[in-house]
Amino acid sequence: MIETVSTFEIIVGVIGRLWPVWLAIGAMLVFVWFYKRKLGLFGQLFDSSLGTAGVLLCAFWVFTAIFADIVAPLDARVPIAILKNALPGSVDPESGTVFLFGGDQLARDVFSRVVYGARIVLTIAPAATLIALLVGAALGLPAGYFGGRIDAFLSFLANLVLAFPVILLFYLLVTPGIMETPIPYTMAGVLFIIPIIFFCVMWITRYGARPARMWLFVGLTLLIGFWIYSGLVFNADPLGIIRIEPNELNIFVAVVFASSPGVFRIVRGLVFDIMTRDYVAAAQTRGENPWYIMIWEILPNARGPLIVDVCLRIGYTTILLGTLGFFGLGMGPESPDWGTAIKDGSKVAQLRLFPWQGVVPAFALMSLVLGLNLLADALREESLKD
Amino acid sequence: MFQFLLRRLGVMLLTMVCLSLVVFFFVNLEPNLKKLAIFQTETRATEQELDRWLERNGYRDNFFVRYGRWIGLAQKQPVLDPSTGAVVPRFRYCDEKTVPVYSGVLQGDFGCSTAFRTTVNQKLPEALAATGILMFWVLIVMIPVALLMGVLAGMREGSRTDRSLSVAAIASTATPEYVSGVIFTAVFASWLGILNGSAATALTRGISFYNFTLPVMTLAIYGIGYIARMTRASMAEVMTQQYIRTARLKGLTFRQVVIKHALRNALIAPFTVIMLQFPWLLTGVVVVETMFNYKGFGFLLVQAAANNDIDLVLACGLISVIIVLATQLISDIGYAYLNPRIRVG
Repeated sequence: MIETVSTFEIIVGVIGRLWPVWLAIGAMLVFVWFYKRKLGLFGQLFDSSLGTAGVLLCAFWVFTAIFADIVAPLDARVPIAILKNALPGSVDPESGTVFLFGGDQLARDVFSRVVYGARIVLTIAPAATLIALLVGAALGLPAGYFGGRIDAFLSFLANLVLAFPVILLFYLLVTPGIMETPIPYTMAGVLFIIPIIFFCVMWITRYGARPARMWLFVGLTLLIGFWIYSGLVFNADPLGIIRIEPNELNIFVAVVFASSPGVFRIVRGLVFDIMTRDYVAAAQTRGENPWYIMIWEILPNARGPLIVDVCLRIGYTTILLGTLGFFGLGMGPESPDWGTAIKDGSKVAQLRLFPWQGVVPAFALMSLVLGLNLLADALREESLKD
Repeated sequence: MFQFLLRRLGVMLLTMVCLSLVVFFFVNLEPNLKKLAIFQTETRATEQELDRWLERNGYRDNFFVRYGRWIGLAQKQPVLDPSTGAVVPRFRYCDEKTVPVYSGVLQGDFGCSTAFRTTVNQKLPEALAATGILMFWVLIVMIPVALLMGVLAGMREGSRTDRSLSVAAIASTATPEYVSGVIFTAVFASWLGILNGSAATALTRGISFYNFTLPVMTLAIYGIGYIARMTRASMAEVMTQQYIRTARLKGLTFRQVVIKHALRNALIAPFTVIMLQFPWLLTGVVVVETMFNYKGFGFLLVQAAANNDIDLVLACGLISVIIVLATQLISDIGYAYLNPRIRVG
């Protein structure tokens, strides 16, 4: 019989283990307290209680992900026999370690898995959202600006993807079999080259009159872009820093693919609205390149709604990743991500006898998405104030 | 109006053809065909035997010919045994035609399910009916709750009711089905024991409060927040309009103003949102039916995809695409119909 500690001791233990997170949040709050006026939008978020709650929840998970190695007492993938379905607060008789949230079906520490899960979610979700944003913007700007045939064609493509039920898309795109075909690599190749082209166009239109600077920026973009590109798409980073497992690439591509049409629609709508402003007319009269107007006149003025959308979209991507994990798609069975953990814990028998195995990652996922949604809401309120 | 409808229907048809081509392409990828061949022939079949099986059963024909057969624009050929020349069925459990016929989706033949060893036509209607019942109850719960929340919150913008309801709505949009399902089951089924954590009995022994509350609750919660927020925004906007002020100045009570003047105008936007919510509900249905073991459409889709059941995945894909497109169309037409400011010519 394994000894267990009381609920109170579990709570104290969890708070204790998370000390680097509290320290980091504390440092952040002190910093915000002194420099609030200079922080602009970020400082204003602390004016409302909901905004503060959103920032704190997000910061909590970001710091947990960063300090996962210090916070988590055990490895997320290695089973320890005694941990199998252990109750929360079980004490290891040999070493005296407390398994704060108990063990799961395969004898791994639930607390450590949730902590490492944060790291997976918070790497893939923001990165995928960022790429989706760039792809959506790169296609939405010309669609909105030029209109006509380009718009009709791109909108049709976007609607095509949007009409595809997400779950079916995932089942078709993220299966083990598809890794044998060139499809995920082709899609990754196409999707990831769009941001590189986008940045190059951005520098060329801006610094066309100053070739030295233009070539410097374009060269840097190409260098960094293709370095990341080779790591992500071909898994052949010459320096070996950026690498991605084929199944992770698959997930990444599927999520970007599912999420960029939404960005496309928002950007397109914003362009329609901003196009009527005087400064756009002024730039057109100056005879500026259309791409200059799109990227340097329209896009910066669309940033407000886009920032809000990015916040919401990171939350939505987190939910999508959870869905993928829940159906056992893409992520390996050992992966500590929250979706997989919820799947393992949500079987009827499992939930009846060992509810913590599913409930803990479920709460983790919910709190992160809630934080992001609150943040987005507060940002929207702030941007409406001006 | 008629021309608008016609154009929309045309685009819809084109979208459907494109999407069905995509789905057809993906389910017929080489690894999937290999798996099918391995599953259908003996376990120790060699590479050549697998290839021969695929060849004989028409899986190596031109892509568009195969698509045409599935759709029903090309004739399905009976499978002949190369040595004897006799007709052998492709799958024993679906009696397939022995003469070349047009028999595809257009003729109402969805093909043969290899996972359930029966025709898709036999499997699909009951699953759809089961999901229909689930959806009915979800909508019955979701729409009134969401509209009430939205109207109460938007009625007096910035009040305490508004704030607390808005937080509740945000929290509900942060709770996907697999999260709320786990939490509800843990609380109501495992801990309190007042509800059943499985809905399997709903189909065999009838729906009861005991076995159907959890799936309905789980499915409704994610949608409620979104619809409520849209209703709130719409209601708040209506409340600032001139005619509301006029009605107030005329001496009507707040209640009368809300019910008679504001509500009707405020409910136009949520209508579209509710219709566009269907595609999201589709994902939710798949999650909830898997979680609560309810054998409906979502359960079928998961089984089909997991077991590489080509015809069944195709049928499920087609149906989900039709649902999504139809709701989009209804939402557009409904919006134009409800909103007197928009008249499509």
